[in-house]
Amino acid sequence: MFIAGDYDIIIIGAGHAGVEAGLAAARIGCKTMLTTLNMDNIALMPCNPSVGGPAKGHLVRELDALGGEMGVNADKTCIQFRMLNTSKGPAVQALRAQADKKVYQFSMKETCENQDNLDVKQLLVEKILVENGKVTGVQIETGEIYTCRCVVLASGTYLRGRIIIGEKTYEGGPIGQRAAVALSQSLKEIGVKLMRFKTGTPARVDKRTLDFTKMQIQPGDDEARNFSFMSDERTRDQVPCWLTYTNERTHKILRDNIDRAPMANGIIEGVGPRYCPSIETKIIRFPDKDRHQLFIEPEGLHTNEMYVQGMSTSMPVDVQFEFLKTIPGMENVKIMRPGYAIEYDCLDPLQLQPSLEHKNIEGFFSAGQSNGTSGYEEAAAQGLMAGINAAMKVKGHEPLILKRSEAYIGVLIDDLVTKGTQEPYRMMTSRAEYRLLLRQDNADMRLTEKGRQVGLVSDARYDRYLAKKGKINEIKALLKDKKINPSREINELLKENGLEEIKSSTTLYDLLKRKDIGYRELARAFSLPNITNEVVKQIETDAVYEGYINKQEEQVQRMEKLENRRMPADIDYTKISNLRDESIEKLNKIRPISLGQAARISGVSPADISILLIYLEQYGRRTV
Amino acid sequence: MVYKEKNDTIAAIATPLGEGGIGVIRVSGADSIQMVDKIFLAANKRALADRRSYRAVYGKISDPKTKNIIDEVICILMREPHSYTKENVVEIQCHGGIMPLRKILSLLLEWGARLAEPGEFTKRAFLNGRIDLAQAQAVMDIIKAKTDASLRVATGHLSGYFSSNIRQIRDALLEMIAHYEAAIDFPEEEVDNIDNIQVMERIEELKVKINTMISSAKTGRILNEGLVTAIVGKPNVGKSSLLNRLLHSDRAIVTDVPGTTRDSIEEYVDVDGIPLRIIDTAGIRQTDDEVEKIGVDKARSYIERADLVLALFDGAKAMTAEDTKIIELIRKKNAVVVINKSDLVQNLDESYIRKQCSDSKIIHISTIQEEGIKELVETIKEKVYAGNVVYNEGEFVNNIYQLEALKKAGQHLEDAMKSLDNDIPEDLVVIDLRSAWEKLGDIIGDTVNEDIIDEIFSRFCIGK
Repeated sequence: MFIAGDYDIIIIGAGHAGVEAGLAAARIGCKTMLTTLNMDNIALMPCNPSVGGPAKGHLVRELDALGGEMGVNADKTCIQFRMLNTSKGPAVQALRAQADKKVYQFSMKETCENQDNLDVKQLLVEKILVENGKVTGVQIETGEIYTCRCVVLASGTYLRGRIIIGEKTYEGGPIGQRAAVALSQSLKEIGVKLMRFKTGTPARVDKRTLDFTKMQIQPGDDEARNFSFMSDERTRDQVPCWLTYTNERTHKILRDNIDRAPMANGIIEGVGPRYCPSIETKIIRFPDKDRHQLFIEPEGLHTNEMYVQGMSTSMPVDVQFEFLKTIPGMENVKIMRPGYAIEYDCLDPLQLQPSLEHKNIEGFFSAGQSNGTSGYEEAAAQGLMAGINAAMKVKGHEPLILKRSEAYIGVLIDDLVTKGTQEPYRMMTSRAEYRLLLRQDNADMRLTEKGRQVGLVSDARYDRYLAKKGKINEIKALLKDKKINPSREINELLKENGLEEIKSSTTLYDLLKRKDIGYRELARAFSLPNITNEVVKQIETDAVYEGYINKQEEQVQRMEKLENRRMPADIDYTKISNLRDESIEKLNKIRPISLGQAARISGVSPADISILLIYLEQYGRRTV
Repeated sequence: MVYKEKNDTIAAIATPLGEGGIGVIRVSGADSIQMVDKIFLAANKRALADRRSYRAVYGKISDPKTKNIIDEVICILMREPHSYTKENVVEIQCHGGIMPLRKILSLLLEWGARLAEPGEFTKRAFLNGRIDLAQAQAVMDIIKAKTDASLRVATGHLSGYFSSNIRQIRDALLEMIAHYEAAIDFPEEEVDNIDNIQVMERIEELKVKINTMISSAKTGRILNEGLVTAIVGKPNVGKSSLLNRLLHSDRAIVTDVPGTTRDSIEEYVDVDGIPLRIIDTAGIRQTDDEVEKIGVDKARSYIERADLVLALFDGAKAMTAEDTKIIELIRKKNAVVVINKSDLVQNLDESYIRKQCSDSKIIHISTIQEEGIKELVETIKEKVYAGNVVYNEGEFVNNIYQLEALKKAGQHLEDAMKSLDNDIPEDLVVIDLRSAWEKLGDIIGDTVNEDIIDEIFSRFCIGK
């Protein structure tokens, strides 16, 4: 047996989860190998050419604050930025960017290749080697073995991947790549429970064959935006997207051919996500809608491929040809790549601990689509956490587990390991119960310190964070200290600066809570220091939404007691006679790490939690 | 699922309902003394807050809003840490019986206390280090037993009108929440614009619904009018004797209330704390000559109206056609079958009744010898407290939990209205809507977050 090398951590897959895991582990100081089926497809975006959006953009910001790469890389390479939900509250405003897919990949590849402690290799892992319940290494299809302490599975949609276009199916990964078939078998052999999911993508069409005059232009924001707290780009050339719609003719073609749809003819077995239904699913589920919107998005600056967002399909190619031509602006369309569906194996995330390590296989971590999620951002966030926690394991430190009240990443992972998922899981702001605290603008305030503790946040990032935090506190204190009285002078001054008069004495901080007053106006009137937009935004949001923020913080504190109550690892729930059978079964399966997590398991009642609380108290007194 | 703060103030009735001449309400928590002071007026006018621990203070409980006196009471003050829970505790001793206890408890809840969870006083005592390890198991037993019992009560009373009303309100809220959430999470999808004015109108409607439910809970028959009870049976079977026995049982209180129909009189009977409202006592009472003339026809209408049916049979005589008709009427009514004249030789075919009314408990009494009355009273209590009595119009016995949750839900809707009125962004309005939706879910034991996401995807066409 040929031992080709020894690593602390081996990452299987170099998609969005894999690169974050590899970079994080290496940056923390672990000897890491990042493996990929194809060196040219690192950080591939096989579906939509965009990063971010509600909840997803939040994930990117959080990942960035912790020292991840996706935000930095997107800022370097994206070709259009928009802040969404600007008319809504601060908690749900979210950044979304159009990526230049190839440039994004090249840039990420370069970063990985130049990372100390990280070896990037093109090889197909076929087997995970486990001895006595512990990972010892991986075996490659060509027979050689790499030994290691930890493995991070980030296999995306490649595990036993199967492509479906109409009546045609073949084994493979996205865009003509190989599938990882043997690895799926190996996972089963080491005791990993697998599920089968499905997703899909629309056709890519030739830009030269589109008539944009029949579509609406969708430009980026005038103001330059950035994902990363480290990016300072203030100007950027941007490329627009285009909006068009399906119509009754499109729908008729789809309806007439519905018996040829793989989901109708039984070819597709996997479970697809509800939030990105194929166009054929849409017309069946929403027959009353007379049109569906489509965004035509560029795949990059160096290609004519355009992505038809909203038109995901696995219909036969002839049907795709036919219905695309019915769409305004696409009458002469040429398809460059047809849409397809892909089925793949993924593991049931209920097998994982909140650290993303498997409960029964020590050193085996999993992240991204192989955990049943969907989306680049969800994958990257998990990859980062799996990389950090594999590194913590190697170094003998406690894992980093983010709470639901601290980060969307915490919500994402807690949902996966506590509730599991029945379909590819997508992050949404409505999944976060403390949404107002988890804003994209304060991700650095929430998480930089934690990233620093695990050794992932650089000095430059940390200094920047401390400076911003210091400034926020300084200005807040200043505003809270400065009291003004309704004197004639003060009211004159307010009026001169276009502000309403005051009737009773107030602090400037309280004045800031009024709807019509911002920091800039106050600064002008009372000669306050000039500060950056980011700092202004923090202070204004905290002031204006103070009441709501306090309400949510109280809710967090109420849960905190339960969250901080650790469940002993060796607890035997069957011995707690007062629990209901259903609870015992669920608790034994999920093995929550805290009482808070236990409370979120469906079927565990408040009375069960009371009983557990008493049991823990009893347990604690006994062991002291 | 909502978890409570450790040190908030909790209150509950501490004595078994319907037993004893004195009832005790226990209030525990940092603010318990101040809270009781709000509704308690000591005879010597001094506030409890100014008194030392272990004082027993005589005075009156009154509703601060209406100034109505509820009861004369003695408050026992126990300051932390020298109390059962090691927190500030006030025990209010009032008259036994269901009404004063419930009214005082509702007042406390109105003025800021939270209804204690099953076993919570003992749980706090344990967590505050008051009781030892050996007792922990007992605490867990209590929590389980009490939760099971209250769940039974809750589910027993949540059929029909009440729960379907709650579900309707929740569904309407869910629709609004899902719409807002869809617009938030999928801003570039074709989610219809939300008309906030329209939303406000709908919230207003829901608030009215909730308020109607709150007021119906307050005037619920069990609280103010008693449990509608019908005593049925053929003439001369002993209906009036039974009524008299019930009236003359220990602490019976009798009040004459003109009935709703012209010629009938209804009477309150407090049977060990349970107010029974016995239908048409006039009819029963006119027995001596016209006697017990309530025929089967009248019996039918009474049985329909009643929450509790006592069906009386003559044990000394063989079954008659009238008996069979009554058996037919009560078959599905979950009635109590009372076989009178147990002091005589028995000739009744009891096995037939047993077969026909398999759900009904059969009790033998003798109104002459006063045998079996105690057992009958116990059976009535059991039925009420175990939640076996089903009300006609969706009123509910266990309404303090529900009342509290309804009020909180109403408050959240009020907050949502204020936010909408002030042009607060939708994602913040949703916080209040979700809180209301969850509170209502607590009542019917149904709070699943995933519902919102299901609703979003079923109503809106969203996709890449």
